[in-house]
Amino acid sequence: MVTPPSTPAEALPAELADATRDDRSLRRFLHGLPGVDRVGLEQRAAGLATRSIKKDAKRWAIDTAISMVDLTTLEGADTEGKVRSLCAKARRPEPGYPDVPPVAAVCVYPDLAATAVAALRGSGVRVASVATAFPSGRAALPVKLADVEHAVAAGADEVDMVIDRGAFLAGRYGQVFEEIRAVKRACGDAHLKVILETGELASLDAVRRASWLALLAGGDVIKTSTGKISPAATLPVTHLMLQAVRDWRDATGQLRGVKPAGGIRTTKDAIRYLVAVHEVAGPEWLTPELFRFGASSLLGDLLMQRRTQLEGRYSAAHHVAVD
Amino acid sequence: MTEPWDYAPAPESRDVAGLRDSYRMFVDGEFVEGSGEPLTTLEPATGQPLAEVSTASGADVDRAVRVARRAFDEVWSRMPGAERAKYLFRIARLIQERARELAVLETLDNGKPIKESRDSDVPTAAAHFFHHAGWADKLGYAGFGPDPRPVGVAGQVIPWNFPLLMLAWKIAPALACGNTVVLKPAETTPLTALVFGDLCRQAGLPPGVVNVLPGAGDVGAALVDHPGVDKVAFTGSTEVGKRIQAAVAGTGKRLTLELGGKAANVVFDDAPLDQAVEGIVNGIFFNQGHVCCAGSRLLVQESVAEEVLAKLRDRIRTLRVGDPLDKNTDVGAINSAEQLARITELADSGEAEGAQRWTSPCRLPERGWFFAPTVFSEVQQSMRIAREEIFGPVLSTLTFRTPEEAIGKANNTPYGLSAGIWTEKGSRILWAAQRLRAGVVWANTFNRFDPTAPFGGYQESGFGREGGRAGLEAYLDV
Amino acid sequence: MSDEHTRERLAVAKTYKLAIGGAFPRSESGRVFPVRGADGAFLANAAQASRKDVRDAVAAARGAFGGWSGATAYNRGQVLFRIAEVLEGRRDQFAAELTAATGTAATAAVDAAIDRLVWYAGWTDKITAVLGSANPVAGPYFSFSVPEPTGVVGVLAPTGSPLLGLVSAVAPVIATGCTCVVLAAEDAPLPAITFAEVLATSDVPGGVVNVLTGRVAELAPWLAAHADVNALDLTGASEELRPELERTAAGTVKRVLPVRGTPDWYRDPGLHRLRAVTEIKTVWHPIGT
Repeated sequence: MVTPPSTPAEALPAELADATRDDRSLRRFLHGLPGVDRVGLEQRAAGLATRSIKKDAKRWAIDTAISMVDLTTLEGADTEGKVRSLCAKARRPEPGYPDVPPVAAVCVYPDLAATAVAALRGSGVRVASVATAFPSGRAALPVKLADVEHAVAAGADEVDMVIDRGAFLAGRYGQVFEEIRAVKRACGDAHLKVILETGELASLDAVRRASWLALLAGGDVIKTSTGKISPAATLPVTHLMLQAVRDWRDATGQLRGVKPAGGIRTTKDAIRYLVAVHEVAGPEWLTPELFRFGASSLLGDLLMQRRTQLEGRYSAAHHVAVD
Repeated sequence: MTEPWDYAPAPESRDVAGLRDSYRMFVDGEFVEGSGEPLTTLEPATGQPLAEVSTASGADVDRAVRVARRAFDEVWSRMPGAERAKYLFRIARLIQERARELAVLETLDNGKPIKESRDSDVPTAAAHFFHHAGWADKLGYAGFGPDPRPVGVAGQVIPWNFPLLMLAWKIAPALACGNTVVLKPAETTPLTALVFGDLCRQAGLPPGVVNVLPGAGDVGAALVDHPGVDKVAFTGSTEVGKRIQAAVAGTGKRLTLELGGKAANVVFDDAPLDQAVEGIVNGIFFNQGHVCCAGSRLLVQESVAEEVLAKLRDRIRTLRVGDPLDKNTDVGAINSAEQLARITELADSGEAEGAQRWTSPCRLPERGWFFAPTVFSEVQQSMRIAREEIFGPVLSTLTFRTPEEAIGKANNTPYGLSAGIWTEKGSRILWAAQRLRAGVVWANTFNRFDPTAPFGGYQESGFGREGGRAGLEAYLDV
Repeated sequence: MSDEHTRERLAVAKTYKLAIGGAFPRSESGRVFPVRGADGAFLANAAQASRKDVRDAVAAARGAFGGWSGATAYNRGQVLFRIAEVLEGRRDQFAAELTAATGTAATAAVDAAIDRLVWYAGWTDKITAVLGSANPVAGPYFSFSVPEPTGVVGVLAPTGSPLLGLVSAVAPVIATGCTCVVLAAEDAPLPAITFAEVLATSDVPGGVVNVLTGRVAELAPWLAAHADVNALDLTGASEELRPELERTAAGTVKRVLPVRGTPDWYRDPGLHRLRAVTEIKTVWHPIGT
């Protein structure tokens, strides 16, 4: 998002550009990535999760986490009214505490993007729209692209696409790559988040390959999940994706983002993710430009914990507005 | 926005340790004044005195061995295994109940990070008692004959790197097999062993079954030499181990030794690199590198050497070195000024011999004994840092080209305690595991310990095993 | 019939040499010592090995270790059984040699030695199952422990049992995959050399068992101090010699087989000799997808 790679392949170092030359090169490259040992990764994630974040560091983490939230509503029953209410909360999460930062974005279905755009105008809060036949991704490419174009035309600043897991798992990497490229083009100036749906990718090796595939194809952000299937985001998977953007930075100098989505509900969880961002990718990723939480209920808990920190006593859910 | 996120201090409370001004030795179920010269145990994080501890004289050693003999003859060796088991289960439970106290006390006395004493040392010590408790009434099924008998009085001398855990490794199997014990904790870390005496009292353990005698090497020597001791178990340096082996020569005493190491951690080019880096870090910086099985030699295949070293340095930069009581500290204090001097001297020799030194740019506390994580590259087999046990947070990196060369270099040491292998290729793991002359081989992991898994060395890393069925042999007359 | 056939024939006396690395050299020192039977009669001159012969024997044993320890257990078992077969074929020779050495009837000892070899031949592919384990560790790891041969073993062959004692000491060592340097019992060294000839014709690779004859008190300290020897069986050491050898062994942390009382070679040997020359190696690997 800092340096949007408009023509990714050309901007890449030779060995990465080579990797995307054709289907076989892509396969060779992705399968040549170092393997991932699940036990080791999970152990590292669990180890870092024991960090004890207190006092000032905790307050900073809460505000930072708030500023990274993609406040999300992706229900069939969504209404314009609900989206407007969500946007109001996104702009000013807690009216009683004006120093609470706005969230990063509001994330909706394409048909509600225009509503969100209108409600957020001038706030700095971005509008993200899911697209490409979210959440299944099961549609013909022209339909997916039309979906994206519709969202962009409605004013979405960010597009959250889903990859074709069927093609990916079948080893048709070139097809997935081209699809992401096409979506990226359709996005125009909008930033592209590529949802890997890691809960369907079966192995961590596949998550690493999908991460690199999305980065090679020009995704600005790699995102774990649609939130529609379980497991959604997990700490180990997010660790792995943070390693991918870190390695991408080391290889290209470009900074790309990560967005865990689904299942992150508490401040404690959010802080564990921030610790991972801090220590796995690095401090420069501790910004809404490069890290987001896809979540709906997390914001409420962050606000409640923020009150607890400031007021020195425990707060309660009914003191925080529910969307 | 990339302002650094400083974690606020998150210290564990010192008060939990119930630290007292003075501690006394534990003999015949009582805390008694020793007639040796009292010692002052220091807090490595500050270098300041922590507590005064009475030590044993020769006469105290004699008395402890005699009460252990009496407890062996009259009570413990005659007690049905099922009854002994229940005492050990109680001890396991008591360690769990008083885990936080023991963890904080261990960290104060030893300097290790609280997260390690809390998440590793103390729980594993409890697990060791729990596992061995179950053996006490099942020894006839352990493969040493239908009714294996205990050896008698065990004299046990343990090191300062895992004070409570090493106590558990020694006492749990000894008691399970029906022996009684006189244990000497390390001079610089006697406190948790003495609190363990209180656990024995709370467990109602018959007096004399466990005796703890603090003191320096002379107390250990007196214990080892005592004619009333039937079995000697020692964990510590190879140098002292050789002296002990020589001392018991010709006496007929049983002996097991768990000594030093210079483990190779072998990283092949098809390794899961991020996890390998974690394993390397864990292998050498866990417990400040004060680990006999530490992965102190990194052998990395040359085609990935640069990448691995770059990732390794990045990872080491994130290690938080400092106050051991802070819950976020990854690397704590070096246990003693003496050890710090030894690490410093050996690291300097590496530089002098031409290896490339890299030191983590971490800030070290102004007081106490600390040593920044250090990695040497361009190390040659002949250098002291490739051959001698440093017992500190110093990693020596060598490269190799072929698997045969890796094994050759890994085995090129008089030690043989542990080794690591990192590769995603199963057949290569088994091939290497077969050829590495080491008692423990960790493949795609490192520094895993479990009471069910025998642990011990080849060659000059000692003999005998601790843990599992194999570990019982040391405490049975077989 | 001519006189040729009725005259008492002069037996061909055997020259007893050392057994090192599959060859039968004389001592590099050129020394020999007379060996006498139980009745005091001269039997033969045995080679009197020197410290350099010890050195060469250890080098041969080390050289043979890789191949022998790397052989399959099935293969080692067959080789041990083959030794029994060949020994069976030379039963009378050994009985006569033992009788000459000890002055007593020896058929029982030869039979027991053969049977002992058969016993250990059957152990080679069972040691791992009996001494090893799969360890149910509390975590997502597969952990297993296997006994592995410790390396080169120095064996001071027992006195008073020139064949059965010798076989009882050597067979477990080679059954595990270790190789050895044997100092033959000084009181009756000749059967040890004859046994080495059996080994040489039994598919035992050269260097797996090396046999030296000579003065045990002279040679044993060199064996005990040798850094390339991993373990010692001091069964054959005298009460005076043993403490000193144990002290010397400490210099390189050698495993020393505990000697408790006078062994009864006719008893079930149990597992302790197999355990004494094996190292338990524990291997860990994560379990994950």
